[in-house]
Amino acid sequence: MHIMEGFLPPAHALAWTAVSAPFVLAGLGRLRRMLAEKPELRLTLGAAGAFAFVLSALKLPSVTGSSSHPTGTGLGAMAVGPAATTVIGTVVLLFQALLLAHGGLTTLGANIFSMAVAGPWVAWAAWRGGRRLGLPAGVAIFLAAMLGDLTTYGVASAQLALAFPDAASGFAGAFAKFAGIFAVTQVPLAIAEGMLTVVVMKALAARNATLGIGA
Amino acid sequence: MSRPLTIALLLGAVLVAAAPLLLGIGGDYGGTDGRAQAEIEAGGYRPWAQPLWSPPGKEMESLLFALQAAIGAGGLGYVLGRLHGRRRR
Repeated sequence: MHIMEGFLPPAHALAWTAVSAPFVLAGLGRLRRMLAEKPELRLTLGAAGAFAFVLSALKLPSVTGSSSHPTGTGLGAMAVGPAATTVIGTVVLLFQALLLAHGGLTTLGANIFSMAVAGPWVAWAAWRGGRRLGLPAGVAIFLAAMLGDLTTYGVASAQLALAFPDAASGFAGAFAKFAGIFAVTQVPLAIAEGMLTVVVMKALAARNATLGIGA
Repeated sequence: MSRPLTIALLLGAVLVAAAPLLLGIGGDYGGTDGRAQAEIEAGGYRPWAQPLWSPPGKEMESLLFALQAAIGAGGLGYVLGRLHGRRRR
């Protein structure tokens, strides 16, 4: 994942930057308010950031014979809320763009949108929905983290398909092509991310970690 | 959460990650981002920007990835340990 530096045409790079910027600003504001209200949330925030750092550094093999990495942002969405998780994801993406030549600054907006906005919000919505349907906490957490991970790669595929539509089959054909590269490889990784997220969420809850309520 | 379930979930995650190798699936296990990149370049597109800085070589790159994971693992351990200690008191 992470669309590489220069791999979105300038107009697309600019548009995704414009789309993501308000989410980052809103996330910073939300984070500041949350920490002012509940300073003890700092530790939970640290755990969520640390988890995203570990998971997005792990390139894992998949059944397609390719490798990819999980995102780790589903945990943040549930522990501190999706808005604050946008900030966490942005820090991870900046670290990887500047130090690892993984992702890039021109594609930062697009990558923030897939990994730090769409993934966390879908994870959060799935988690809330699952709880409302009466699913056990562990099952809801697993599904939420897994769906958040898959969403990130689905959105990245759509972003590339928008920028590089197939000459014959247009957006749909290009989306199928990019999703074939990203999404299929991602399925087992998303399952593994779901399992790890359950373990860490439960470990935080068992130690009475303060959790951010709401988005 | 019960300890056996935690252990089962952790083992499950390891098993899922190791499955391609256990199943003997061939391939070079290249990154999916590289594959998408090759696909785009095959269409005639050329990137218009380069990373400001790239790690000089594979070894340096794995060092930095390992560093990223180490920072994360250390931070997570610190927080869980601190919360654990706070609860005991």
